[in-house]
Amino acid sequence: MTTVGPPQPAGEKQLTEQQAIGQSAGRYRVVGRSPAHHDFVDKVKGSLHYAADWRLPGMLHGRIVRSQLPSASITGIDVSAARALPGVVAVLTAADVPGNRIVEMASGGLAELEVTMPVLAEGRVRYMGEPVAVVAAVTQQIAHEAAELVAVDYEELPGVFDVESARADGAPTVHEVGNTLVIWQIQCGDAAKALAAADVVVEGEYRSQHVEHAYLEPEAGVGWLENGVLTLRVSTQVIEHAATIARILQVPQSKVRVIAAYMGGGFGGKEDMTVEPYLALLVWHTRRPVRMIWDRQESLVASTKRHPFIMRYRTGGSSDGTITAQQVEIIGDAGAYPNLSPRVLFAAAACACGPYRVPNASITSSAVFTNNVPSSAFRGFGAMQVVLGYESQMDLLAERLGMSRTELRERNFLAKGDLLPTGERLDTCVEIGQTMHRAVALLGEPARPSGPGKVVGRGIGCNRHPYGRTIWFRDKAAAWLSLQADGTLLIRSGVTDLGAGQAASLCQIAAEVLGAPLDDISIYIGDSALNPPAGGTFATRQLYMSGNAVLHAARELRERMAPVAADLLGVPADDLEFAAGRVWPAGAAGAALAGGADGGTRPPDAGGSGGVSVTLAELAAACEQRAISTAHLSTWRAESGSFDPRTGQGDTFPDYTYGTHAAEVEVDVETGQVTVLRYAACHDVGRAINPMRVEGQIQGGAMQGLGYALTEDMGIEDGYVQAALFANYLIPNAQDFPDVLVDIIESGEGKGPLGARGIGEPPIGNVAATIASAIQDAIGVRPAQLPMTPERVLGLLDARASRDPA
Amino acid sequence: MTLRQIVLSVNDRDHEVWVLPSDTLLDVLHDELGMADVRYGCGEGVCGTCTVLLDGEPVNGCLTLALQAAGRQVTTLRGLMGPGEAMHPLQECFLRRGASQCGFCTPGMVLTALDLVRRRGQPSREEIRYALVGNLCRCTGYTKILDAVEEYVGQAAADAPGEVPS
Repeated sequence: MTTVGPPQPAGEKQLTEQQAIGQSAGRYRVVGRSPAHHDFVDKVKGSLHYAADWRLPGMLHGRIVRSQLPSASITGIDVSAARALPGVVAVLTAADVPGNRIVEMASGGLAELEVTMPVLAEGRVRYMGEPVAVVAAVTQQIAHEAAELVAVDYEELPGVFDVESARADGAPTVHEVGNTLVIWQIQCGDAAKALAAADVVVEGEYRSQHVEHAYLEPEAGVGWLENGVLTLRVSTQVIEHAATIARILQVPQSKVRVIAAYMGGGFGGKEDMTVEPYLALLVWHTRRPVRMIWDRQESLVASTKRHPFIMRYRTGGSSDGTITAQQVEIIGDAGAYPNLSPRVLFAAAACACGPYRVPNASITSSAVFTNNVPSSAFRGFGAMQVVLGYESQMDLLAERLGMSRTELRERNFLAKGDLLPTGERLDTCVEIGQTMHRAVALLGEPARPSGPGKVVGRGIGCNRHPYGRTIWFRDKAAAWLSLQADGTLLIRSGVTDLGAGQAASLCQIAAEVLGAPLDDISIYIGDSALNPPAGGTFATRQLYMSGNAVLHAARELRERMAPVAADLLGVPADDLEFAAGRVWPAGAAGAALAGGADGGTRPPDAGGSGGVSVTLAELAAACEQRAISTAHLSTWRAESGSFDPRTGQGDTFPDYTYGTHAAEVEVDVETGQVTVLRYAACHDVGRAINPMRVEGQIQGGAMQGLGYALTEDMGIEDGYVQAALFANYLIPNAQDFPDVLVDIIESGEGKGPLGARGIGEPPIGNVAATIASAIQDAIGVRPAQLPMTPERVLGLLDARASRDPA
Repeated sequence: MTLRQIVLSVNDRDHEVWVLPSDTLLDVLHDELGMADVRYGCGEGVCGTCTVLLDGEPVNGCLTLALQAAGRQVTTLRGLMGPGEAMHPLQECFLRRGASQCGFCTPGMVLTALDLVRRRGQPSREEIRYALVGNLCRCTGYTKILDAVEEYVGQAAADAPGEVPS
């Protein structure tokens, strides 16, 4: 772990480290360490209760009846046999849904179509797996049998299964209003003119596939009625769906409560609703608790997927390696309903030029309906697919100019103060060059081919990935802290926890500012009724948003209590240190705690003197006597801005995380098999609140990216999912790939708390480009289609053979 | 189908349960006995989240019928723990190394790794990789899981040289 440059928190005024946490002396005591927090302990003990681990008296089991066809009209549904099955309590169809529409908020894109998604299909199904009916029964087995007994009559309709057919004249429409859901454009300078004048122009077309999130925990939840409030405890990234559920049931929003259990992974797949509306309907109709767990096979077929992209790039440069222009066209397969496609395609457009200066850019991106399963959020959210495009172009340009790949990149890397194609100025440091050199250095000495017919190659992939929501959504997050009478601390936050330590990081930040030992902090999260709203966990936004909310809440609470502590200690209020469960005169804590366990984050041993300090319990009591509240709610708002979709100019994202991956691969030229020999990743995370969890995000993201690059493909053909078994969908196992080597840069300059940048999504972005780069280095041909299977690599080798006959 | 009564011995406690011949061990452990550390992940025997030890050997609870487990010793993750929720040393290694993110795969990982170390004594990192191929993890990228198991192997060897750890 290394620090690059002086810490210069961006935005507001410049703060020293001490001022940032409100400590008047010393250094970080809790931030920057990797304590094992409550969630880890429960997980390692096996005692965490996930969404499916919940049972209530009289609980029923729900099961969805799904379309077996990708495009058909429903001519009749006969539920009588299902209803007659003993043990069946409810069989519901579209007619039983009070508000049978799920409406996505308009994204603001050009010519955006207004299309809603039914909860249960009404007269028409548009993808295989679309929910048509839902049943509840006294056992899971009876619910399954009843679902089989629901007789749906279909009349097959023509469908469209790829974006190019869908855009053709006379194509069958998925929705009557048309197949192009939204178009985005970003323009700066004159790309056509600059391309015409460029010394060199390289072109490429890159294609990606449908990918499944494959969280180990399938979609699940339990719903019940409590005091007239429909309550759902589900595996979700977004408790704010409570409002949508209220609209579906046509009840006031105050009558729906969503609780998010700690998730067994989400990766964006639990950002849209999954089980929620179906549980809600069944609970509402039966007035009994209901549990629903999707089968893995059901999840594979019917849950949202990553958008397959077609990306066409033309890049112009001068002979010295300076990029002068780039034209980009991106088309994403939205599947049958909008979900989050408009926003995914926006992120793709906003990030299409990567971490490079492009003075003349012309970028268009569109989301197109097909009769495939809907695509939506998946770690990386459009900004990850385009990395293959822009990085492939860099390698091709380097090859064309006879320049090294690193040199070409360095010549074009963005720097603080530069403008993006949208016209926004980067206002935090850009340590992309450092990440590149460090990632390459981690690879060590080059390997030699392991035998005849094997070739070895190396590649790199750099990226610029946003953290935080699109700026014009005016994002905010709230947090509530309370110092209890015994000196322990409660945190309430609507954050949901995917397993990345979303809750634990908040505890570390609060502990740093208020000096409460981590063991003395309890955090209550993910409850739309009881927690201040934090927004969902997506867009790499929770450390940035809720981290800042907790930091500000903690500072404000501390400022309120400091005069009381100062009074007790007889020192000025701005001369205090909150540490190890006590408040000290500045400088005293360090001496008293020196050499203590965990670097002085725990209180001194019982009997040990606290010196001239007061405990947090004493402080809480003194505040109580003076009628000063020790509870505090704070709302933190992200910077806001606006974007004009007609000119393609304006503000897009608050900030970016930069990183580079490097890989060494061996290609078997007889079989096309690609073996990853070494893999390294380096990102500037600004400030590592918990370095072990940062490393975990990078290693896990890289591994998911390796699956995306080399093995994972839903193989959807004519709307039918080929990988309908988990055995056929190849996520990486422990043997498939080497360890991911990690180097973390802490520039101290991010917009998250204490200068942190988000790291949840970024590390999945670089991988496919990095592996493609290494394969190109090994065999001399650039792969352009994912995943890079042995068959496709053999195809590239054949193409090379016919291009360069021996 | 008719219900049959069997005795399931789980973590050294006997449970009399009524099961259908089609009930899987996973169904009974999770839904009847309320064991949240045995989890449905795929129902195909691919992901390993429902791993338990049956007479000491790892099996997929989703591919084992409850009837097949009658009269045999079933151990779940929580069965490794000592009095007062004392963690098994391998669990401590998982905790220390950050080998758990979402945690859903953790029980299966720990049980499969423990079986390997019991059988092999001091498996290499490559052997650990091979043993864990039936336990998928989508969060960690495996590196920290392998680190945790390796640490345990080293620790167990140092604690009891020449002996097979238990």
